[in-house]
Amino acid sequence: MSGAAPVGGRTAGGTMAARAGTALCRDCLSRAPAAVRGTSLRCRACGSPRVLSHPELDNLSIAHIDCDAFYASVEKRDNPELVDRPLIVGGGTRGVVSTCCYIARIKGVRSAMPMFKARELCPDAVVIKPDMAKYARVGRDIRERMRALTPLVEPLSIDEAFLDLTGTERLHHASPAESLARFARSIEEEVGVTVSVGLAPNKFLAKIASDLDKPRGFSVIGAAEAVSFLAEQPIGLIWGVGKVFQQKLAADGLTTIGQLQKMEAVDLARRYGAMGLRLASLAHGRDDRPVSATRETKSVSSETTFDTDISDVARLRAILRRLSEEVSTRLKAADLAGRTVTLKLKTPDFRIITRSRSLADPTQLADRIFRTGEDLLKAAVEGRRFRLIGIGVSELTDGTRADPEDLVDPAAGQRARAERAIDALRSKFGKQAVELGLTKAGDPRRQRDR
Amino acid sequence: MKVTLERTDLLKSLTHVHRVVERRNTIPILSNVLLRADGGQLLLKATDLDLEISEKVAALVEQPGATTVPAHMIYDIVRKLPEGAQVALETSSDNATLEIRAGRSRFALQMLPETDFPDITAGEFTHRFTLASRDLRSLIDATQFAISTEETRYYLNGIYMHSVASDGGDRLRAVATDGHRLARAEIPAPNGSVGMPGIIVPRKTVGEIQKLLEAPDAEAAIEISETKIRIMTGDVILTSKLIDGTFPDYGRVIPQNNDKEMLVERDEFKAAVDRVSTISSERGRAVKLAISEGRMILTVVNPDSGSATEELAIDYDSDPLEIGFNSRYLLEITGQLRGDTACFRLADAGAPTLIQDKGVEDALYVLMPMRV
Repeated sequence: MSGAAPVGGRTAGGTMAARAGTALCRDCLSRAPAAVRGTSLRCRACGSPRVLSHPELDNLSIAHIDCDAFYASVEKRDNPELVDRPLIVGGGTRGVVSTCCYIARIKGVRSAMPMFKARELCPDAVVIKPDMAKYARVGRDIRERMRALTPLVEPLSIDEAFLDLTGTERLHHASPAESLARFARSIEEEVGVTVSVGLAPNKFLAKIASDLDKPRGFSVIGAAEAVSFLAEQPIGLIWGVGKVFQQKLAADGLTTIGQLQKMEAVDLARRYGAMGLRLASLAHGRDDRPVSATRETKSVSSETTFDTDISDVARLRAILRRLSEEVSTRLKAADLAGRTVTLKLKTPDFRIITRSRSLADPTQLADRIFRTGEDLLKAAVEGRRFRLIGIGVSELTDGTRADPEDLVDPAAGQRARAERAIDALRSKFGKQAVELGLTKAGDPRRQRDR
Repeated sequence: MKVTLERTDLLKSLTHVHRVVERRNTIPILSNVLLRADGGQLLLKATDLDLEISEKVAALVEQPGATTVPAHMIYDIVRKLPEGAQVALETSSDNATLEIRAGRSRFALQMLPETDFPDITAGEFTHRFTLASRDLRSLIDATQFAISTEETRYYLNGIYMHSVASDGGDRLRAVATDGHRLARAEIPAPNGSVGMPGIIVPRKTVGEIQKLLEAPDAEAAIEISETKIRIMTGDVILTSKLIDGTFPDYGRVIPQNNDKEMLVERDEFKAAVDRVSTISSERGRAVKLAISEGRMILTVVNPDSGSATEELAIDYDSDPLEIGFNSRYLLEITGQLRGDTACFRLADAGAPTLIQDKGVEDALYVLMPMRV
């Protein structure tokens, strides 16, 4: 083992000898061998320090692409005044940080942090409410651009995806590394946000790689160095090892991936079951999961955090109805239906309560999702206050089997037809064209109007 | 308490009562079975607060008394004792454990006091009647499979029993439905059942009643009030709460004007449905019946695995029709039919279909088609 560290555009350039044909300038895309200047590499063509050099550079084709501080980057793009200010995207005075820019991160602000804490850490931060529709639009644009690189795009979320570029050299007249560098540059120039790229022999390593050099990064982990690189890393780096499992492993004296590498797969399997087997492979950087463009949706849900805690059941119902409609709209758009409805509530002390109920048949109707959720809500409220409510459906099937006619409840069929009529009106005249009275129930603004 | 009895007798009674006890209980006493020895008999009783089963069994009572011990545990112990063994049950002198002795085996089970054991207050029963086990079984067997498991519509989670006046005299009727299919069975109303309130017997109770009706010729005595049902057969007494709800007006559901009649050999049809549905992987996959004069073609298409087709000769002379059904539901219904020939009354591909034994009106089934 050469002991070579994975090469990040910025992190490890100095340790690598530049070799002809293995260097790539991320700014001018030149393949000229890099020049060594002091401790860092420079592009011979344009002088940029953002030079990639790795012995396996042109042999790797699995990539993980992740947008940098996505929501914040989009907001900064649209409002240049924000560029050099700390920016937090998240829900109002309450709620949590969705994304924060890198300036805010310097102060210790993190995603999923409660907003009050973020404000404490970074009082001068600009806080913007998330505009999900806009981010979804930009995300879709980026995804379309990924699909132009390869059909094998496996989206993980709105702003990250795995890509398998195997066999695209002839198409793009470029190695996967070159295509990816060109892609990163074009996203910056044409979309206006930055991305970080991880290139590796498989998904597991690619995901780790993309995180090594954020933001605006490009890291490569080759097959040859995977084992030695992983050896020093903490076990928590392995995808799927959460806090609890990490604690369990730590209790057994296991903290680094190197320790796992020395263990037999059989022993790990005996101790930790299927997860143990996974650990044994992943610890050696082995991961044969394919990049799959048709990743199955497991559930569809929607939730909202309130500005102030709510105990009024009428208001909770109104919000629940609106959320049910959102879930239903997404199910209908994807032609999916779910058999299990889950209600989620969060108490002021951040305790999460979930209640589920299975239906006789899968549904995609807002009416059925709401009625089930409403039932669960009635039983769960117990006069308490809540800071969040959410509803979702799981156990998904395709929409053709959703909501069959019922022998004993003809009213359900009528409501289903009414809902489809409302959908048709909304698609023609907009979402506000038809609204249910109950979504306005308990709304303080409405009471003032009267 | 000190009592000795045959293992076989004790096991039989424990088998009947222990099933009521839920495996996981938050209230400790509900995990226990009550044992009360008195006057040459041992009484065993178990409850889940909605359903209670008690049984008396002959025993040699040396010292009367009562206690409670974990039901599943004592059942497992007695089950594993050798056949023909004499089992002695004796409470310890400090009243903390029940000692179970048989041959050279000896167990001591922790007890909970008898006084903590809850009683379902039966209240006044307004209607009483007796009928043969066989008849009660036939009502249950024909309808049980259609009981809904959907929590939202709790009033469908049982069998609806009531008496109806018809041309052929009063009938005792059982109905169950889950919205996809409906099963209705009836027998001539036994004396005393006429005018009884319509009751919904919960799913779990139905299952237990069914298991208690072992001997077809035995008599079962039934007592009914607005909120409870009690069934006595042999030495067993089952008392259960009823579902507090309104069963839907099922009469509207039963098609009256389905004019297309199709006759098919029941066993042939059942076997064919079973065969073609092998192809379907998920539950609830549809089988398509293409019905035309003299023949039916059954088709199942599963986009993931392939397709299956089978042709059957039928008796049919109306307009051709294609209709889809859930194959499992078809199998369950044809499994309940008794005659050689099944009669389907159809309207169109979207309308409920009536299925019966040809020429027999005692049981009928309504099945909602599926989109195919």
